[in-house]
Amino acid sequence: MLTLEHVTKVFYPGTVNEKLALEDISLTVEQGEVVCVIGSNGSGKSTLFNLISGTYPVTSGRIILDSKDVTHQPEYKRAFTIGRIFQDPTKGTAANMSVEDNLITASRKGMRGLGISLNDKKRAYFRELLGPIGLSDRLSDNVGLLSGGQRQALTLLMTVLSNPSMILLDEHTAALDPGNAATVMNLTQKYIEKYSLTAVMVTHNMQFAIDYGNRLIMMDEGQIIFDVSGAEKKKLTVERLVQIFKEIKKKEFATDRGLLAI
Amino acid sequence: MIEGIFVDGLIFSIMALGIFISYKIMDLADLTCDGSFATGAAVAAVCIKSGLGITLALILGFAAGALSGMATALIHCRLRIPGLLAGILVMTMLYSVNLRILGGANVPLLGVKKFYTEVPRILGFLPSEWASLAGTIAIVLLMKGLVDLFFRTDLGLSVGAMGGNEQVVISQGMNPETLKVIGLGFSNGLIGFSGALLAQYQGFADANLGTGMVVQGLAAIMIGDFLFSTNRISLLTLRVILGSIIYKALMYGGRKYGYLVGITPNDFKLLTGLLVILSLAVAKARSGASDRGARRKAMDKVAAKANGGCNADA
Ligand SMILES: Nc1ncnc2c1ncn2[C@@H]1O[C@H](COP(=O)(O)OP(=O)(O)OP(=O)(O)O)[C@@H](O)[C@H]1O
Ligand SMILES: [Mg+2]
Repeated sequence: MLTLEHVTKVFYPGTVNEKLALEDISLTVEQGEVVCVIGSNGSGKSTLFNLISGTYPVTSGRIILDSKDVTHQPEYKRAFTIGRIFQDPTKGTAANMSVEDNLITASRKGMRGLGISLNDKKRAYFRELLGPIGLSDRLSDNVGLLSGGQRQALTLLMTVLSNPSMILLDEHTAALDPGNAATVMNLTQKYIEKYSLTAVMVTHNMQFAIDYGNRLIMMDEGQIIFDVSGAEKKKLTVERLVQIFKEIKKKEFATDRGLLAI
Repeated sequence: MIEGIFVDGLIFSIMALGIFISYKIMDLADLTCDGSFATGAAVAAVCIKSGLGITLALILGFAAGALSGMATALIHCRLRIPGLLAGILVMTMLYSVNLRILGGANVPLLGVKKFYTEVPRILGFLPSEWASLAGTIAIVLLMKGLVDLFFRTDLGLSVGAMGGNEQVVISQGMNPETLKVIGLGFSNGLIGFSGALLAQYQGFADANLGTGMVVQGLAAIMIGDFLFSTNRISLLTLRVILGSIIYKALMYGGRKYGYLVGITPNDFKLLTGLLVILSLAVAKARSGASDRGARRKAMDKVAAKANGGCNADA
């Protein structure tokens, strides 16, 4: 489904601000896999998503999506395969437009023509879809009037509506209160199951990352330092995860010291 | 006389609709207008002079404007030049182009068939001023209908979505550059059309016709904003048209009675600019008030989270 080969990202190369954000990442995500990504702030999780989606170009390496090399494909073309949800609830919807206009814009991929797709049949369909998130009667309200939680739920709906085969979720419930976060997360899991989506999800909740999905990736300083799936993942505990993290860091520290000593 | 204000305001409103598309719907401050307005006028004048007919003059006026807008969009997108600068560049270059089209600074349209001689002839049962007004209303309604219809189509909605949030259209697999070219093309097409009509109304086209148009259009849009609030496209465009007529009426009042308070037409640009600044300030204050409300709500949420949140890694 998705393969990254030796992907590296350097921001502002050759300047004083030069920043190695991702270092030699190789990763394959299979069709139907649900991957949780954890890692401290600044470890490169969002950058990884930005490279996969095509928001930023890679510095080196290759990205292969559905066995096609998309390394130099613009973001809007990759969007045919990839759906994406950001932490910021305002990023996924157009606030200046009504809920129904947002939904109709999201109902398929690709450039549009001069047809008018929005009709009463579509409205009835949207009303039905909006039922579970309690927005059935707000079709003609501007999205700007919705709360963050409602907007994020709508974003989720819009994302699955246009049928991506893979979704990237970047702490998409982090800006919501606990109640809304739980609702949106439940909805997410429901959609992933219902549409058999391949999903990669960044979360800061270690317990959740252990419980949910069939693979867990830990990132640190631009590298994938731990990658576990299946039964082995199920056996993990938060304490064990923290311990593993410390062990890896200690080893790194030791080799760094070794390098310095030479 | 009153008909004159209306005709003037209505012709002007077609241009304001164009600015409404770029400024309000696409969220792009496009300055091409000052050039494309005159380009539309110049093309129409030359068409009419060379006997191509009124309809073709209007259509080509629209097309010339549309091409100018597309040029701006392409310069902005392809060369990654800020939209504002791209507009200024095209506007400036158009000045020379317009002089070329006109073959001089000014082309008079005397003694030739034009919209405002033919419509009164066809509607012979009306006094000529009223016939002109009726013809202009018909044209404006046609243009308004076009805008309303376009922004109900899937393509139009996508242009609107891009104005609200570019990421949304990218996520739907659309190239935002294409949408910008289409949007600015349509916007400046209307502006060129408006110029084409004005040239026929005032009986000449000249290269300076567009000077200051952007700001005047913005003023009209902002006057309209104060009239009523809505998110329906047909009412939004109606608002722009009403705002344009009110703006022109204000200018007329200023010309007629301004001397009483010592205002001359030379002061109009200053006053129009002040009007735009004032409107923007009021709008900012309003949204600032609601932002503060939203921030307070957000803070409450954060507090609730701190009390109730229980992330394993917290
Ligand atoms: N556009 C950018 N320009 C320059 N540096 C950037 C940019 N985006 C990210 N970085 C840098 O790359 C590194 C990784 O950032 P990234 O946003 O990917 O981290 P993250 O793992 O998503 O962190 P968080 O948990 O805080 O969201 C950071 O050091 C950051 O400063
Ligand atoms: Mg991040």
